[in-house]
Amino acid sequence: MKCKKCGNKASVNMRQHKLALCRDHYLEWVPEQTERFITKYEMFTRDEKILVAVSGGKDSLALWDILTRLGYEADGLYLGLGIDGGIDYSHESQRLAEKFANEYNLKLHIVDIEKEYGQSIPVLSEMSHRGHGKPCAVCGLTKRHEMNRIARDLGYDVLATGHNLDDEAAVLFGNTLMWDANYLLRQGPVLPATPGLARKAKPLCRFYEREMTAYCLLRGIEYIYEECPFAEGSTSIYYKELLNQLETTRPGAKLTFYLRFLEARKNGELFVEKNVEQAHLHPCPNCGQPTSAPGLCSFCRMIERVNSIESVPGPSS
Amino acid sequence: MAVKLILRDEEYEVKPGMTLLSALQKINVVPESVIATRDGEMILEDEILKDGDVIKLIAVISGGR
Repeated sequence: MKCKKCGNKASVNMRQHKLALCRDHYLEWVPEQTERFITKYEMFTRDEKILVAVSGGKDSLALWDILTRLGYEADGLYLGLGIDGGIDYSHESQRLAEKFANEYNLKLHIVDIEKEYGQSIPVLSEMSHRGHGKPCAVCGLTKRHEMNRIARDLGYDVLATGHNLDDEAAVLFGNTLMWDANYLLRQGPVLPATPGLARKAKPLCRFYEREMTAYCLLRGIEYIYEECPFAEGSTSIYYKELLNQLETTRPGAKLTFYLRFLEARKNGELFVEKNVEQAHLHPCPNCGQPTSAPGLCSFCRMIERVNSIESVPGPSS
Repeated sequence: MAVKLILRDEEYEVKPGMTLLSALQKINVVPESVIATRDGEMILEDEILKDGDVIKLIAVISGGR
């Protein structure tokens, strides 16, 4: 497969865009697209101070790298969660976050949850009896709380996270399965600041998870490859696997799922009113049955079309 | 000889001469969920795998964020 821009051997193929690129053009394309999304969704400007939530994983390090390359003023925040899981998970992820910050001479704030609150995440979870034996709920709650607190306390204009399209599609899929209107109406690439809550932005929300992995590999960014020991068997991973199966046979399915949702939300098409179908139906002037658009219903239009074809003499045999 | 594919702690073998896509389908790995590298270079689904190739598959899914 050849790079669409230069004809050299391609390193990345994005079937949803019908676009294959070589290393150099891919590493140019990703920041260009990120800039486009930042502008399109009005996430932040170059005059604002950005705090990037950095976990040591591929997405957050890629985001920090991209924002820095684009010339944004972006500092990092690492939260020490105290997760070991037999692989020294938190220490290793902190080491990689610090390594990246040192390499590029970037400012990284480090907050250790155990030092701040007396207990690590797994212990907080156990003591608070939240999350049915898994610390993920407590971890998510703590991270949201701390990221917001630090962004506000340190005077950052916006908190940026490395959520990619697969993250967003998996959340959307889960909320759609539950028809959870409250969550559906709050999901988006940027959440505006409200009293007490910092603005949140997800500049990578239109990149596939695969593309962020490719970005890190091609940029030589070392990230924590091991999964969080508590993430094994999680619902979000299961949904991502399901969506990837769909994507394999229907390229672009994940992207369309997310983008059409954003469009519907923006246009106010989600949960707008009760009995929405009845409110917008009109009687067909021919058969009298309800139809969504003024004029003939689909059935009568079809019959009319068939009749008009039948009445035209066919080609002589 | 054969082509070896490695995904985390698992090793698989397929016959040479098939594409990466066919090899992934054969070992039941969803192509969207991995990136394949050979000698440190990323390769794409249409790459023909050769005798003796060692393909490292990098899982792209992460969760629990």
